[in-house]
Amino acid sequence: MYEIVSSVRRDYIADLAREGKRIDARTLNQFREVSVEVGPIKSAQGSALVKVGKTQVIAGIKVEHAEPFPDKPDNGMLIVNAELLPLASPTFEPGRPNENAIELARVVDRGIRESNAIDLDKLVIKSGEDVWAVFIDIYVLDHDGNLIDASALAAIAALLNAKPLEDEAWTLPEFPIQKRPVTVTVAKINNKLIIDPCLDEEGVMDARISIATIEDGSICAMQKGGIGYFLREELEQAYEMARAEGAELRAKLG
Amino acid sequence: MKKPEKLIVNGERLDGRAPDELRPLKIEAGILERADGSAYVELGANKVLAAVYGPREMHPRHRQQPDTAVLRCRYNMAPFSVDERKRPGPDRRSVEISKVTREALESVLFLELYPRSVIDVFIEVLQADAGTRTAGINAAAVALADAGVPMRDMVSSVAVGKIDDTIVLDLTKDEDQWGTTDMPIAMVPRKKLITLLQMDGHFTKEEFEQALDLAFKACEQIYGMQRQALREKYAIKQEE
Repeated sequence: MYEIVSSVRRDYIADLAREGKRIDARTLNQFREVSVEVGPIKSAQGSALVKVGKTQVIAGIKVEHAEPFPDKPDNGMLIVNAELLPLASPTFEPGRPNENAIELARVVDRGIRESNAIDLDKLVIKSGEDVWAVFIDIYVLDHDGNLIDASALAAIAALLNAKPLEDEAWTLPEFPIQKRPVTVTVAKINNKLIIDPCLDEEGVMDARISIATIEDGSICAMQKGGIGYFLREELEQAYEMARAEGAELRAKLG
Repeated sequence: MKKPEKLIVNGERLDGRAPDELRPLKIEAGILERADGSAYVELGANKVLAAVYGPREMHPRHRQQPDTAVLRCRYNMAPFSVDERKRPGPDRRSVEISKVTREALESVLFLELYPRSVIDVFIEVLQADAGTRTAGINAAAVALADAGVPMRDMVSSVAVGKIDDTIVLDLTKDEDQWGTTDMPIAMVPRKKLITLLQMDGHFTKEEFEQALDLAFKACEQIYGMQRQALREKYAIKQEE
């Protein structure tokens, strides 16, 4: 998913990081401009278009009848899928989701699922036979870095935008959302931690850690990526960054 | 199995372990004839095999890198490894685990020594009881060493989590299913570099710190056993 960066630019970004600077003139813990537009897609139950700098991700919610998993007869279902569309980057190709798309979908899934953002207990129509399946489809439109945070934010924004279903089996007054998980990614370049890596920074970073937090600042999901490593102190610092920025991003959800 | 009322009773877990106790761990190096390197790991009821092939010529050729070897990892579960038959072939979970496993291992290898080559790591889960990705990484690291691939250090891996509001080491399937939190972690033990970290569930800041403490201690222990396994395979035995 990360693109090749020329060695000149690579050295430049790494040198800047050492001085506490970034290629787009941000500070190390400055997130790019974030906008959340809810409900752009009328054919979806709920939707959101999130922009993080030039990165654009749209999330759409669809709700359908489904047979529950045999071991979870009294739970609605959550299915997250991510598409890295060929229109979003010269390096994305059509075809089945590759490991980057799969990881993206699963990281977003864990943030929503593990925080119990959706009250799945309420999405049962008939125990063991008929439940509501909530599909979150992540559509990456423009890839300028940090798809994880943009996608996770789009997902929760779309869920908060979801309307009750017009179906006689739907009895809830509103869509049952009870938590607002927000994911923040911190990348490591030249032993410096930077928040919200842009595309070039992703091409240079040694590793990244994505941390999903909920309202009280506790953690509901984490994922490290990249072949580099984190020291314990770096993890703790990344968590503080994610917690502080998480509150800022959550405020954008309205 | 129905959800038990408590997962910890009088300080004992369902299988009788203390919160900070690892399941019985067995590591054997070099158990496959044809592979360049191999290892077998049993962690409680988990049985995991790892094999390493290479460095060898990369096929398909267009995936060769002119300046470095490529590390390829495949984590796979046998259809008979879990209660309900698992459909053969990669699913989304195993694709993700293969990716994070590769990222956990890659930084200890000197891939730049083998341009145009590939190092293949195959991890096969024969019997699963939670913690297969960590057992797989432990096995893969030993298999890489067994293959004679130059390494900066081992990679040691373990899961920590939270059940009944207690931070515990090395969750079983039941504990993973009914507990609150699962956090697999892998590290390069001598320098304490964290190369894999995933987490789902719920941790406060204090719980996260406590979980890291537990993981660091356990990885130390596993590291010792990995080295012991290699020593047993390669130490020159004195004739009686």
